[in-house]
Amino acid sequence: MKRMGIVCCSVLTLVLLAVPLLAQQAPATTSPAPPSASASSPAVPPAVTEKLNQLEQRVTAAQSSADNAWMLVSAALVLLMTGPGLALFYGGLVRQKNVLAIMMQSFALMALITVLWALVGYSLCFGGDGHFIGNFQMAMLRGVGVNPNPDYSASIPQLTFMVYQLMFAIITPALITGATAERMKFSGTVLFMTLWFLVVYAPMAHMVWGKGGYLNASLGGRFPTLDFAGGTVVHITSGVSALVCALYLGKRVGYPKQPMPPHSLVLSFTGACLLWVGWFGFNAGSALASSGLASSAFVATHFGAAAAAIGWSVAEWIKNGRASALGAISGAVAGLVAITPAAGFVGPRSALAIGFIAGLFCFWMVTKFKAIFGYDDALDAFGVHGAGGTIGALLTGVCAQVVINPIFGEGKAVGGLDGHWGQVGNQLVGILFAWVFALVGTIVILKVVDLTTGLRVTEEQEVGGLDITLHGEEGYNLES
Amino acid sequence: MMKIEAIIQPSRFESVKAALLEIGIEGMTVTEVRGHGRQKGHTEVYRGREYTVDLLPKVKVELVLPDTLVNRAVEAILKSAKTGKIGDGKIFLSRVEEAIRIRNEERGESAL
Repeated sequence: MKRMGIVCCSVLTLVLLAVPLLAQQAPATTSPAPPSASASSPAVPPAVTEKLNQLEQRVTAAQSSADNAWMLVSAALVLLMTGPGLALFYGGLVRQKNVLAIMMQSFALMALITVLWALVGYSLCFGGDGHFIGNFQMAMLRGVGVNPNPDYSASIPQLTFMVYQLMFAIITPALITGATAERMKFSGTVLFMTLWFLVVYAPMAHMVWGKGGYLNASLGGRFPTLDFAGGTVVHITSGVSALVCALYLGKRVGYPKQPMPPHSLVLSFTGACLLWVGWFGFNAGSALASSGLASSAFVATHFGAAAAAIGWSVAEWIKNGRASALGAISGAVAGLVAITPAAGFVGPRSALAIGFIAGLFCFWMVTKFKAIFGYDDALDAFGVHGAGGTIGALLTGVCAQVVINPIFGEGKAVGGLDGHWGQVGNQLVGILFAWVFALVGTIVILKVVDLTTGLRVTEEQEVGGLDITLHGEEGYNLES
Repeated sequence: MMKIEAIIQPSRFESVKAALLEIGIEGMTVTEVRGHGRQKGHTEVYRGREYTVDLLPKVKVELVLPDTLVNRAVEAILKSAKTGKIGDGKIFLSRVEEAIRIRNEERGESAL
C-alpha cells in the first residue's frame, strides 16, 4: 500500500514538473529527476524506474507529435506559397497572352525540384559538415526516415524536416521567373532552374543552414550570419540572380515604350494574400518546433507585412496622390521578404520598423531605381526580393535580441540592440557572399543554357504570346 | 428606312433602352466598343509606370427604323443618354436601301 502511494506520488510529481516544461519546449524535458521522490526512498524500486522511463518516453512522444503536427502544416503552407500563391501573384502581373506560361514555370518547379531533392538535393544541402556544400551521404534519401536528425531538429521525424526544407527549394527558383517573364523559353527555364538549384541554391543553403557551413550561426560557421528563414538563402540569391537574368536576357519587345499593364490585378491580389498566409509556415515553421519561438516568428512576420503594406502605400499616396491595390500588396510582399531573415530574432516593435523601412525602400527600388537603370525586371523579382532580402538581412543584425532567441548562448548579445554591433558586420559578410555567389553562378549558368537549349524565344513567339506558341493553349477561352 | 448608330456612355445604356422601349422600339443591336472623340483618357500607374488609356469603353446601339419613327427615336436617345459632360457620345443617321428578314425573306419596312 505504501509502495503504491510512493509510485502514485512520484508519477504525480513528474507530471506536474513535465507539463510546464513541455509547454516551454525546454530541452530539459527528457531528464526530469524529481529530488523529492528520490529523497524519501533512497533505493528506487524497479517498478518505479520502469514507470519513470515510460513517462519519459511519453513526454518525448507528446512533444514530438505536437512539433510534427505544426511542421507538417508549415510544409504545406510553404508549398501553398508557390502554387497557387506565387503563380497567381505573377500570373496576374503578366499580359493575358503569357498567363499560363508563367504559372506553368512555378508549377514545373514544384515537380522538378522535388525529384532533384530526392535524388541529390537534400543531401547536398544538409548532408555532412562541409564548409561550402553537403555531400552525397543522403542521396536518394538514404537513411532519411521517421527518426529525427538531431543536428537540425531533434523532435520531429527527419522526413518532416526534409520535406519542409524541400518547399523552400521549390519557391526560391520560382521567384526568379518574375524577372525572365514573358520572354524566356520553357526548355531554357527548365535547364536553367536545374543547374541553378544545384550550383547556387544547394551550396548557399548549406553554407547558411547546414552543419559546419561557412556562414552558419549555430552549428560552427566562420561568419555566423543570422538568417532565420531565408533572407540570404532564398531572397538575396533569387533576387540577385533575377537581376542578372533580366540584364542577360534583355528587354521585352516594346519595353518600355509599349504599355504592359498587369492583365488581372484580381489574380495578383489573391496570390499576394495567399503568400501572406503561406509565409507563416515559411517563417514561424523555421523554428522547427511548435514553440514559443514559432509564435514570436509568426507575430514578427505578420507585423512586418502589415507595416510594409502601409509604408509602400504611404509613399505611393504622397507621390501619385493615390494608394493602389497593387502598391499595397507589393508592399506586403516586400515586408514579408525583409522580415524573413529576422523573424525568429526580433520582437514585434522591431518587426514593425523593419517592415515599414522595407516598404519604403522597395517602393523606391521598383519605381525609381529600375527606371534610372532601365533594366527590364518584368515583375520586379529583384526590386522586391533582392532589395527586400538585403535590407532585411542587414536590419536583422541591428535588431536581433537575445531575449527573443539566444542563438549564441544564454545571455550572450546577439545583434546591435544588444550592443553586439559586430553582428552587422557578420550580416554584411553573409550578404556579400550571397550576392557574389548568386551573381557569378547565374552568369555561368546563363552562358551554359544559352549555348545549349537557348534562353530567349523568337520575336514572333514573344509577340504571339508564350501560352499559344510554347504551350499550345490559352488562359482564357471565354467564348468557348 | 434609316439606320441610327448611337455611341453612348455604358452607364447610360439601360436608360436609353428603356426610353426606346417606351416609344415602342423593341429591336436593337448592341456592341461594346472602345473609342474616343474629344474626351481625353485617363492615366493608370502600375508600380511607378504610367500608362495613358485614351480608348475608353462605350456602347454602340444600332437600330434600323421606318422614317416615321426616326425623329422620336433620336429624341428619346438624346434625352436618355445625355449627362452634359464631354464623352456622352454621338448619333449617326444613314439611309438604308433594303431590309430582308432571313426567316421568310420578307422585304422592306415589314421586315423590320
